[in-house]
Amino acid sequence: MSAEPLKILIADDNDSDRMILQAIVRKQGHKVVTARDGVEAVEQFKTTSPEIILLDALMPRMDGFEAARIIKQLAGEELVPIIFLTSLTDAKSLAQCLDAGGDDFLSKPYNRVILEAKINAFNRMRIMHSTLQSQRDLIAENNDHLLQEQQVAKTVFDNVAHLGCLHAKNIKHLLSPLSVFNGDVLFACQKPSGGMHVLLGDFTGHGLPAAIGAMPIAEIFYGMTNKGFAMTDVLREINQKLKQILPVGFFCCACMIDMSFARGDVEVWVGGLPEAVIYKSGGELIKIPSNHLPLGVLTASRFATETYRYDMSEGDRIFMWSDGIIEARNVDGDMFGEDRLYEVYQDVKNPSTIFSNIKQQVHNFIGEGERDDDLTIVEVEMVPEDRLGLDADVHLSKSALMGPVNWGLSYELRGETLKDFNPLPLLLHVIMEVPGLRLFSGQVYTVLAELISNALEHGVLKLDSNLKTTSEGFAQYYALRMQRLSSLDDAWVRISIDHQPEKSGGVLSIKIEDSGEGFDYSGFKDAKMNKDRYSGRGIPLLDSLCRRFEYMGAGNIVEAEFAWKTE
Amino acid sequence: MSITTSKSTDGSVLTILIQGRFDFSSHQEFRDSYEHDESIKEYLIDMRETTYLDSSALGMLLLLRDFAGGDHANVSITNCNSDVKKILTISNFEQLFAIK
Repeated sequence: MSAEPLKILIADDNDSDRMILQAIVRKQGHKVVTARDGVEAVEQFKTTSPEIILLDALMPRMDGFEAARIIKQLAGEELVPIIFLTSLTDAKSLAQCLDAGGDDFLSKPYNRVILEAKINAFNRMRIMHSTLQSQRDLIAENNDHLLQEQQVAKTVFDNVAHLGCLHAKNIKHLLSPLSVFNGDVLFACQKPSGGMHVLLGDFTGHGLPAAIGAMPIAEIFYGMTNKGFAMTDVLREINQKLKQILPVGFFCCACMIDMSFARGDVEVWVGGLPEAVIYKSGGELIKIPSNHLPLGVLTASRFATETYRYDMSEGDRIFMWSDGIIEARNVDGDMFGEDRLYEVYQDVKNPSTIFSNIKQQVHNFIGEGERDDDLTIVEVEMVPEDRLGLDADVHLSKSALMGPVNWGLSYELRGETLKDFNPLPLLLHVIMEVPGLRLFSGQVYTVLAELISNALEHGVLKLDSNLKTTSEGFAQYYALRMQRLSSLDDAWVRISIDHQPEKSGGVLSIKIEDSGEGFDYSGFKDAKMNKDRYSGRGIPLLDSLCRRFEYMGAGNIVEAEFAWKTE
Repeated sequence: MSITTSKSTDGSVLTILIQGRFDFSSHQEFRDSYEHDESIKEYLIDMRETTYLDSSALGMLLLLRDFAGGDHANVSITNCNSDVKKILTISNFEQLFAIK
């Protein structure tokens, strides 16, 4: 029956019984080792490692019960089935065999059919046990490996995720990991203009999937914030990236704020997280509900970035949390819930204790209960900027002093190039390298576009805006523009741009000169927004966007100064 | 720069989505987006992805307004970023369009 021959230990003090049993077992194809008493049995077990043991209950020196106990102990986690051989038949004695660690008993005289069946049955059990053991060991080993990998990855993650200013004096936070990598991320970063971006995110799932999504978020958040991008730009970019890399069904609930210490206000975007709250030092509580889908769900074209804006005075605080706080359960399985959370905000004597009170309340509530989600909460307080406790040099080196702020360039477009090259993207790209100026990219674009198209269309091409009074004329204007462009010969437009830093901002000076004849500019500033015409908006636009704006020379030179200041 | 349009199910509202820079180079494309359909009662200019605007774009918006019935036109401009909004505001466009 048995495919593999087994090594079986037979211990019996009765020589003839032992011989008979040995003969039966050998005949079945197994190897046999023998012992004449308990002491010998234990010795044989140690030296020959049998797979199954047939043990007589009553033997001199050491009986079977004692031998069984010792052998089971020596075997440890390995299953070595022990079958007692006994002529005893009373229930009590048979039960004693099993109590001593025996797995079964076989009554004398032996029935070879039953003996064989039992050996086979116990062999199956032995094999199953050892499979189970090795699988368990394999799982444990894999788990160790996984944890070790996660530790390494977490070190990398921490280095990426904590570049920011979570240590600023106006921020209190709690990040409580469920697994090594939790699904929650919390970032804070100072803006070049002095404000602060804080983002709290909660990924679906824990562990590596969450961490993988967290990496690009961290990079985008810190990278773009440092470069002066607006909060909505940062969110848009993160959403697009997550949508692109995460599988369907994985996304990141998030809440992001843009706090301006200079203006004393905060802009809030909430997507899929529980409502954030602002606690005013007067005791008023403003709840800001989620009005967006989480990040990574919608395609770029459907992603919405409407935000809420609130005034905040010194000492006002904004709180954000993941649903782990609200869904924290106690031993009875009850949830902490919003009611208990908002109770903390009742009758506050000292607002600076709210954060620790919430932490304490949640902790007390959970008690011995299991944490089934990540507990993340952050408080950001409105303070005067010089009380952030952040190293000013570090801040400056990251923002205002990094990147070109003091430079000039001259760019001349001639003949062919003037016909079919649009210099705006290139120039804008250069200009936007000025840290902080990016916030004004739309206005800078408009100024530059107006100045250049005026130089080209009116100066070089001598097109008349009066053409643009009718719909047909509008089309004609641009048809004429095409036509005249194609017959350009030695025309040119010279663009000089200069940027100088000023206190918390700078001045962008633009000078455009063209090869045209110029025009009489004596009364040009009187141009008004004429709402009945399709043209004539350029000059008033320039006039209101620029600090200084004037024509010079024959009217073929124009100078404009765009002054900007962050907050 | 690209312009895409979509119509409401009953065919009365035309949404024009303008991506990227909105300037003279999109003149023909912008005009084509609305001129061939006389059955439209309401126009929605979606600027969620419009990055920049110049004065000729303002002219083009006015052309659409006139096409749609001038003072009786029903044209809304939605989802502008703050820069675009500023340009529209300087030009007093909120008096002519519903800017949402």
